[in-house]
Parts: sequence; C-alpha cells; structure tokens
Amino acid sequence: MTTVEQAVAAPPAAGALHARVTRGGRTALAGGAGALVVVAVLAVMPFAVSAADTTLLVNFFILLTMAVMWNLLAGYAGMVSIGQQAFVGLGAYGVLVLAMNGVNSFAAIPIAAIVCAAIALPVSVLVFRLSGGYFAIATWVVADTAQLVISSVTSLGGGTGHPVPGLSQLSPRAFAEATYWAALIVVVVALGVAYALLRSRIGLLMAAVRDDEVSARSAGARVMATRRLVYLVAALGCGAAGALLAVSQLQVQPGSVFSIQWAAEMIFVSMIGGMGTLEGPIVGTILFFLLQQNLAQQGAWYLIIFGSLAVVVAIWTPKGLWGALRQRTGLELFPVGYRLVTPDRADAPARPSSRRLRRR
Amino acid sequence: MALLQLDAVGKRFGQVVVAENVSLTVEAGALVGVVGPNGAGKTTLFGIVSGDVRPDKGRVLFDGRVVNRLGAAARCRLGIGRTYQVPRPFGGMTVYENVLLAAQHGAGLRGRDSLDRAADALERAQLVAVANRPAETLGLLQRKRLEMARALATRPRLLLLDEVAGGLTDPEVAELTGIVQSVQAEGVAIVWIEHVVRALVACVDRLVCLAGGGIVADGEAHAVLADPAVREVYLGADIETPTVGSEAPA
Repeated sequence: MTTVEQAVAAPPAAGALHARVTRGGRTALAGGAGALVVVAVLAVMPFAVSAADTTLLVNFFILLTMAVMWNLLAGYAGMVSIGQQAFVGLGAYGVLVLAMNGVNSFAAIPIAAIVCAAIALPVSVLVFRLSGGYFAIATWVVADTAQLVISSVTSLGGGTGHPVPGLSQLSPRAFAEATYWAALIVVVVALGVAYALLRSRIGLLMAAVRDDEVSARSAGARVMATRRLVYLVAALGCGAAGALLAVSQLQVQPGSVFSIQWAAEMIFVSMIGGMGTLEGPIVGTILFFLLQQNLAQQGAWYLIIFGSLAVVVAIWTPKGLWGALRQRTGLELFPVGYRLVTPDRADAPARPSSRRLRRR
Repeated sequence: MALLQLDAVGKRFGQVVVAENVSLTVEAGALVGVVGPNGAGKTTLFGIVSGDVRPDKGRVLFDGRVVNRLGAAARCRLGIGRTYQVPRPFGGMTVYENVLLAAQHGAGLRGRDSLDRAADALERAQLVAVANRPAETLGLLQRKRLEMARALATRPRLLLLDEVAGGLTDPEVAELTGIVQSVQAEGVAIVWIEHVVRALVACVDRLVCLAGGGIVADGEAHAVLADPAVREVYLGADIETPTVGSEAPA
C-alpha cells in the first residue's frame, strides 16, 4: 500500500558534521506493516460480520475519510474550515447526477470527487481572501449556498432529494459488499495520500504556513499555492466521502448531505484524537463510534456526553488523546518528521521520543 | 552593477512616513551596517527589500532586476534572505525542520543536498544540540540564532540581519560577529541593522544612518558616527564613539 512505499523514502544524509537524518525508518516500516495487516483484515470483514456491522463500518470509513481531510486542512495547514460539508454534499450530488446519466454509481465515486476538487479551485479564490475566523465563516457560507443552489434544482428532487438510480440491479448482499470495499478503498487512499503528502516536501510547507505565514514566505515558501493544494485535496477527499454516502444511503437529500453535522463530526473526532497527527483522526473516529454505539439509546444524553468530552479534551489535553500519548511515550506509528542524529550526542532529550529512539 | 539598489523608495502608513526618498546601493559581497533611532524606518526598509512591505514609490532592484512586483517568497528564492527582529520560528516544527524548510524551498534544494544544507546552517548557528527540539521551546537567544540559521539555509546572496545581537553579552557578540564575517567571506552581501553599534563598527565596510524614514549619513563607519547630523538625530543620546568601537574584537 502507499504507506509502505513511503516508509523507505529519504536516505540518511551525512553532513559536514557527520550527522545523519532519520525519518523513523523502522517505526515507519512497522507502522506500514501493521497498517497492511489491518487493511487485509478489514478487506475480508464482509464475510465475517453481519450486514448491520458492515453498514456501520462503511459509516466509520466515511467519517474517517472526512476527519483525515479536516486534519490535513486544520491540523497541518492551519485552515480551520467549518464548511467541508459543501464538498460532502457536492460529492453526493455528483454521484446522483452521473447515475441519472447512466454511469455506474461506483465508477461515479472517483469522478464526483474530482469534480469536487475542480469546484474547490474557484471557491478557494474566494475564501482565501479571508483568514482565521472569517475564513471559517466563509467556508460555511459556501456550504449553505451550495445547498440552496442544489435544492432549487427540481430535476434533482429539489429540497426533498432524489434516490440514486441503478443501484437496485445488484442483490442486497452484493451491493453491501461492493459499498464496503469502495469505502475501504477510499479511506485507505485518503490515509495513504495524507501520509505521502506529510512525508513529502509539502509536509514541512504545510506546517510552516500554519505556524507563521510571514516567515514562511521569507523562507521561500509558496504560501498560497500550498494552501490551495491542501484545500483541493481536502475537497477531493470530502467529495469522495459524500459520494460514498450517496451510494450507501441509496438516495441524496440536500438537508442531510449538506448538513453542518458533518463539519461538527469531523472537527470532533480530529480534536478528540489529536489534530496534527495522522493517528489522531483514527483514534477519534474509533472512539466516536464506540460512544455512539453504546450511548445511542440514551437520547439527548449522548450529545451532552459528546459535548462534555470535547470540552474536557480541549482544556486538559489540547493535543488530543493521541497527542497526549505521543508526548508521554514518543510513540508514532506514521512518523513524518525529521531527526538530526549526531554521533556525539550532547542533545538533552527535550522530547520524550529521543529517549526511545536512541535505544535503537 | 550593485547587487541591491533602492531607487527613491517611499512608504507611508497613514500619516506616518516610514521611508522617504530612500536611495541606497549594496555591492555584492559588501557588509553594510544600518543604525538609527527607534522608529527610523530600519525594519520597514528590510520589509521593502525582502518583499514583506510594498513601497508606495520608487523601485527595488536586485541583481539588476526590478523586483517590486515579486512577493517575499519569490525574492527569497532569488537570493534575499532575512531574519526578523522579533523571531518568528515555526513553533510546532523542530529546529532542524525549521531550517530544512528554508533549504528545501528557499534554496530550492532536494533530497540529501537539502538535508546537508540545513545541518550545515544549524552547525554554523551552533544549534545542533537542540536540533530535534520543537522551536517553540527555545529561549530568545536561541530563537535569534534560529532566525540566522534559517536565513542562511535559503542560500542567500544578500542577507538582511535585523538586530541579531540585541541582548547578547560581549563574548556572544564577538562570536556572532565572527559568524557574520565568515558568511561575508563566502561572498554573501550583508545588511545588518543593529543597536549594538560596537558590533557593527568592528566589521562593517560601510555604515548607513537612518532617521525619520530618510538616510542621514552613508559612508565609512567612523566618519558616519562622527557626523554632526548623526549625533543630532540621536538627540545627544550617548552613542558609542569610534574609539569604543575599535576595542571590539574582530
């Protein structure tokens, strides 16, 4: 998978001071191998679990894809968007329109995602004129505008939505399995692309643009191009998630696919798990589904518990659960950083990770 | 041909004139000091050169090319490196990653070349020991060194240093001066804003005094400091005399 290919990148360098640079080669290999096993197990899941569990996993993959994208946007590149549901909705409607024109719904998923990225390009020109909170609000306005425009198209069912045609040809079981594998492919590609981006030259660019855009420019960083690239990738990913949503729900409703609830959920799971780490959204999404499964019967209490949890995490572990764990143990399954290793290490372990890494 | 040429540059923020008809040239490989009272427009001048500040009037030429319309990132890639008076590290990244970004995108290096360039810059700025710490954990002096390392990693032909010696002890100033001179020895032109005048006098080829957004004096260091106009802009403040300056270690 993509993750493993990334693991062996970046050969160590020997500078004038006989220093080497490591990128957590072994950890990355172990993380990649572990990821491969998990994906292999997940791939055969439809044969092992009930249809209800398969559907649950599809929803899990959809939310995880969105969370990975939101984490790229906000956690790495510092663009706090609360309007990614624009692309979720457009992705869903992309599948609907394509299916109405005779395209296979599953083949429509990547096409709809690419259309979302294409729409994101002019949108980025508009919303990038603003920053910070204004940017966040602008993205929300874009999402609401998209919903209003789509809702006014009567051929797409207007405000009540439209079923996705052509999906009834498959048997329920074959359909559930195909949906599951499509969702698995989307989430694995999303994670792989995110990992590859973060380990590439663009990884440092994103973090620099997030931390200080003025000095990033002075260090030669193309700030706008970086932002735009991340925004397009996030639109692509959220579009794919929305396209999956349309397929798995067999119908598209504007109020549902363009709901601010998607933004809330992607923000919630990224925050709980840990923004700015690749593992964070995975941890957050698992926790979200565990809580949802166990608390769904409690009615409104389940939302109150979610809200309280978000507050508690934001106050006591602002780096999220994975962020806190990494700080304590130095554990990184998918390392994306660079470490300078000098033979005579006078380096005091300021990060707990250095203690662990030195033992190797 | 001069490496940097400012041609009648003007800039005002509302009613405040921060640069008025400033013309200045810096030859390749030169080391030029800039002094002046607070609010003289020194940092704004750097902003105009580096692309952070758009001038209202005049032209900025780098290597014979008008760069007015180029942004800061493009100017950095052309060879203008700068530090910030109040350090602006990428706090969430490690010290090494801060510098590596500059090597990758400022100097346009890839793979091992970029890794080596960044390691060298850290070594010059004596930051190797803290290379893997998050930049946000550094103290002020190390942040200033990081500014310097990051600017060096962009492989500049013109390096703009904005008060890198402020708050340093005398031995540290001497050490820093040594670093600056070694950079100059590689053929890099340097413009150095500094309130620690003795650090400048010890090594600059030329001293420029700014006040009220204009150039008051420009020439040999001792002559500039002795200039009555320069003494006047400091309003009798006791700026260090050339004799004190000559004591500073080279």
